[in-house]
Amino acid sequence: MTTTSMKKLALVVVALVPLALIGWRFYNNALGANPIRETEIQTGLWTLRLLAVTLSVTPFRKSFGWNFLAKYRRTLGLTTFFYACVHLSMWAGVDWFFAWGDMWHEIVKHKYILIGMTTWLIMLPLAVTSTKGWVKRLGKDWTRLHRLIYVAAITGTIHYLWAVKKDTFFPLVYLAVFTLLLSYRIIIARQKSSRESRRQSAASVAA
Amino acid sequence: MLIKKPGDIPSSEIAAEDVYLNRRKFLAVAGVATAGLVGSRGLLSAFPAARQDDKPNTWEEITGYNNYYEFGTDKDDPAANSKNFRTKPWTVKVDGLVKKPADYQFEDLVKPYKLEDRVYRFRCVEAWSMVIPWQGIPLAEMIKTFEPLPSAKYVQFTTIYAPNEMPGQKLAILPWPYVEGLRMDEAMHPLTLMVTGLYGKTLPNQNGAPLRLIVPWKYGFKGIKAITRISFVEKQPRNTWQISASNEYGFYANVNPEVDHPRWTQASERRIGQFRRMKTLMFNGYADQVASLYAGMDLRKNF
Repeated sequence: MTTTSMKKLALVVVALVPLALIGWRFYNNALGANPIRETEIQTGLWTLRLLAVTLSVTPFRKSFGWNFLAKYRRTLGLTTFFYACVHLSMWAGVDWFFAWGDMWHEIVKHKYILIGMTTWLIMLPLAVTSTKGWVKRLGKDWTRLHRLIYVAAITGTIHYLWAVKKDTFFPLVYLAVFTLLLSYRIIIARQKSSRESRRQSAASVAA
Repeated sequence: MLIKKPGDIPSSEIAAEDVYLNRRKFLAVAGVATAGLVGSRGLLSAFPAARQDDKPNTWEEITGYNNYYEFGTDKDDPAANSKNFRTKPWTVKVDGLVKKPADYQFEDLVKPYKLEDRVYRFRCVEAWSMVIPWQGIPLAEMIKTFEPLPSAKYVQFTTIYAPNEMPGQKLAILPWPYVEGLRMDEAMHPLTLMVTGLYGKTLPNQNGAPLRLIVPWKYGFKGIKAITRISFVEKQPRNTWQISASNEYGFYANVNPEVDHPRWTQASERRIGQFRRMKTLMFNGYADQVASLYAGMDLRKNF
């Protein structure tokens, strides 16, 4: 095993600690009177937190020159998706016990469920195409496709915002964090494109 | 008439064996009056009906999982934050369209009545439920003592405003103090209870001490806690959740599996302590006792 893959494994282990703790509390009946609901909430929150960590990789790289972080982005992204899958499984398999008809009604009638489901569906192709083979096959389209992660971040946070009754403070904090991360990317992209257009116009003047 | 005298409803018997059959009968009868109300959802749902396993929840569950925003919005906040809440001395103001308005000391208010034990299903609008052995006084008995005027059509209840002891009231999550209301016939119904105890013990602070309302066929938020004022009024009061989000919460808030909340299904519920969901019953299973109160009303509009 290379050092990098060891480190990746260590990262996965660390990222799974919250889930292990939730599982431990579930097993020991320490999640309150409604453990199923609590597990749904906690796995959902950790999906958003890990998504924020994943999306912070590029800003940290660019701002502090920590290029080594790039290697771990896929690992972080896939762990995030794993949390999303646990979250969804809790809802479908435990909360609703695979009552497909009832679940379908939930999805079409309640907008917070609909947008949550949408978020998972957005993340699914990103997880599937995360392999080296797909990166090569898709080329430039891969980058374009994977920009969808920002859409997932926003829809995922709206899912959280719509799920709470009145206390919207924390959903709005998550929304602010993701908006900041997204704006950073937009600003960097703008700067890059304006630099390129300047270079192009300079080249045409020289010609 | 479906209304029964209190004696007909044994306190321990919250769900008669034939409740499901009666429910079907009720649906058939009500179907004529409220065509469209009886959709297919509740009946087609994959879950067993809520009548199954109606044994009371534990003391820990009932006192550790509460919606009581005056003490915080998380379910374990009320238990954690209500320890310093003072329920002595406690005054209840009775006013409005009533012959005997007065400021009652809590002890004087409850002294004349015999406490009754009532095991009721409790259905939260968030689609979870419990079975709770309350202790209290039928509201009807209290109201008779106050002698409301014929012009009194509604009863309005108000929670104490004490932001120094109720940290949640310092946040603008809801307009404080909490207000709830009942139509006079709902208030006079034998099932409607002014609660002072739980499991035969004094009501814990997180459950609404010293005095709270329980209307078992309505969603939990109708059960206003720490009541400090009872007013008899002519016009329908605006209850706090209705003021806060009138598209989500109405005045009646009757448990109704056919009318969904925008966020939660009301067709099924999770009984705290149980793994599988169960079907929610019309009027929380008390249709036989209360359906007649709403005969001819469009329960979709009056949610």
